[in-house]
Amino acid sequence: MSAKPRFPIESGVPDPFQYMHPAYIKNYGNWAYHDRPRPGVLHHVSKTGDEVWTVRVGTQRQLGPYEINLLCDIIDRLADGYVRFTIRSNMEVTVTDEAKVQPLIDAFEDAGYPVGGTGPSVTMISHTQGWLHCDIPGTDASGVVKALMDELYEEFKTESMPNRVHMTTSCCQINCGGQGDIAINVQHTKPPKINHDLVANVCERPTVVARCPVAAIRPAMVNGKPSLEVDEKKCICCGACFPPCPPMQINDPEHSKLAIWVGGKHSNARSKPMFHKLVAAGIPNNAPRWPEVTAVVKNILHTYKNDAKDWERIGDWIERIGWPRFFELTQLPFTKFHIDNWTGARKTLNASTHIRF
Amino acid sequence: MIDTLESGPWPSFVTGLKRLAMAETHGNMMVDLLGQLEHSYNTRLGYWKGGTVSVLGYGGGIIPRFTELMGENGKPMFPESKEFHTVRVQPPAGNHYSTTMLRQLSNSWNKYGSGLIAFHGQTGNIMFIGTTSDNVQPFFDEINDYGWDLGGAGPCVRTGMSCVGAARCEQSCANEQKIHRMLVNNFLDDMHRPALPYKFKFKVSGCPNDCMNSIQRSDFAVIGTWRDDMKVDQDEVKKFVAAKGRKYVIDSVVNMCPTSALSLNDDDTLAVDNRNCVRCMHCINVMTRALSPGDDHGVTILLGGKRTLKIGDTMGTVLIPFKKLETEEDYESLVELTEEIIDFWAENALEHERVGETIDRIGLVNFLEGINVDVDPNMISEARQSSYVRMDTWDEEAEKWKERQAG
Repeated sequence: MSAKPRFPIESGVPDPFQYMHPAYIKNYGNWAYHDRPRPGVLHHVSKTGDEVWTVRVGTQRQLGPYEINLLCDIIDRLADGYVRFTIRSNMEVTVTDEAKVQPLIDAFEDAGYPVGGTGPSVTMISHTQGWLHCDIPGTDASGVVKALMDELYEEFKTESMPNRVHMTTSCCQINCGGQGDIAINVQHTKPPKINHDLVANVCERPTVVARCPVAAIRPAMVNGKPSLEVDEKKCICCGACFPPCPPMQINDPEHSKLAIWVGGKHSNARSKPMFHKLVAAGIPNNAPRWPEVTAVVKNILHTYKNDAKDWERIGDWIERIGWPRFFELTQLPFTKFHIDNWTGARKTLNASTHIRF
Repeated sequence: MIDTLESGPWPSFVTGLKRLAMAETHGNMMVDLLGQLEHSYNTRLGYWKGGTVSVLGYGGGIIPRFTELMGENGKPMFPESKEFHTVRVQPPAGNHYSTTMLRQLSNSWNKYGSGLIAFHGQTGNIMFIGTTSDNVQPFFDEINDYGWDLGGAGPCVRTGMSCVGAARCEQSCANEQKIHRMLVNNFLDDMHRPALPYKFKFKVSGCPNDCMNSIQRSDFAVIGTWRDDMKVDQDEVKKFVAAKGRKYVIDSVVNMCPTSALSLNDDDTLAVDNRNCVRCMHCINVMTRALSPGDDHGVTILLGGKRTLKIGDTMGTVLIPFKKLETEEDYESLVELTEEIIDFWAENALEHERVGETIDRIGLVNFLEGINVDVDPNMISEARQSSYVRMDTWDEEAEKWKERQAG
């Protein structure tokens, strides 16, 4: 026997105060107001009169030792050695001296890290793992995000949208990337292809049957072996059977398409939180730059920017102008697939004469 | 093909991967990882499968990945990255770091893993991406010794998230980091040894702007709010009107109030109908100097938010409209409530069923009875429409309401 086994210290969530900027600790729960002196910079004033400036920096989310040391060197040299991350993988670096703001911005931008993402901008896209690490990815989320953020670089660095735009990408319909003003998600369009030789060895069949949202999967004997079969008319191609049963291959280089959904928001501001809704589908999964996706996203952003009022999120804007006008303004095709047919769908239908002519 | 993702102004993850591939420490693993990624880009397919890897004493927290990309000889095409596991680690509440700590974490991962870290995954974990089965345990031992613990993976209580909150936000109505740490740390056994029906997530936002997206993305959402009048500094209102003009204030503040609770007086002060204010935060967001939340802070708790699988999207439903969190007893009763909920759900849910789906299947009223929470009109956006309901205990139920109102 080697050394005694080491058991884990179940310390749970680390206490943030040990890593928190001293001005945050001093003024914890005692802030008075904030404003934004320029895009990418927040200015918070405490009830004691203390002031902090926070520079928000876009990152590529996956950082290596080179990037971490590069960014930490800047923060140690020009700020106070503290940083926090936003939910959308931006870094926030706080200083207590206004004179330090511009040198900090210059250093980040010189190193290739854009400053922005505050207020009515298009901020960093929250995303999933994709081909780098997921076991069921229809596309590479990191790649789609990189391609899009290159195109939306100016929208990140300026505050020229009616309100903030939160985008998400998800590499399958399970939608781990979450809700967004614009969500870019893979949509499988064909039922899974079953490798019947492997099912009996790899899959717990009752689990797979239970996982299907539309009861399209049933046990079957194929070539004398226990396997599964899919009622292809019922199948909604969600891919939920794939994780418990990899021989039910759902990904397809040609038929895994991208779909775009809009109008989700999580804030309770003005309207209640909203889920995003389908606007475009059938977009090819064209790695490495996904130009067709970018075109649709830019069209929606452009239309929103021209037509929405100040403070309207994309969902608020569409609620005001109505969905027919949205399709008219964006010139996106309206199809039978835009009409919901899932449980509770009738509440999404128009039961009124409220129609704009 | 992925080389083309190095061009353009946004920081490139591909450049980072290549840098690691050129480093002596990770060279071979990251060269092969890039090989597999390039293959994915060319064939538009992913090639990872799961498995079982854990650390001593825990059942979850590692996302195992083994390559499925085999050559004609049945051996991995990219053998050096054939094992490429992710270690999920819980971030500090509010995602605050010192550069010293970031460098220390990075150094440890440099020693045992690929060097690549994602800040953060969608559940909030720091994702240490890419290591071998053999290196998982020594890496975890090292960072565990200096204060870091694994997050959740599988059917368990998951890593929580909280906003920047009281540390740097004047709109905070709660002690987010305390709530976050108390809730998650109470369930560490349920996090590290996955035995629940499915995942259960806590998220904490300090105000109804809900920067943590807790209503849509957590099973148990805690959102700071207040119940007295919001605070109005009329001098600042006048300054704001003078700067922006009456039309802007009427269009962008008054008319955007969802309950028409605001009006602009003739003397450019603001009248607030606080009884009808739903604390949506819009006017406070616009007029950050003039308006702020009231002083009587507490939290609203919503239950059952989740994304698509399996019944479709559900948002959290209001469970507790207002809960004061002041004394230690208040915090303890919050923890007790979550214990009730997780116990009832664990006993009654089907396999792979989120708590929102259990509520959907058995009905909110049955669920509330199971966890001993009384009905409240704030739980609904409208009363029942369907007349198909058996109501022979109506009088009893009406009596309960009267008693609660009197008590």
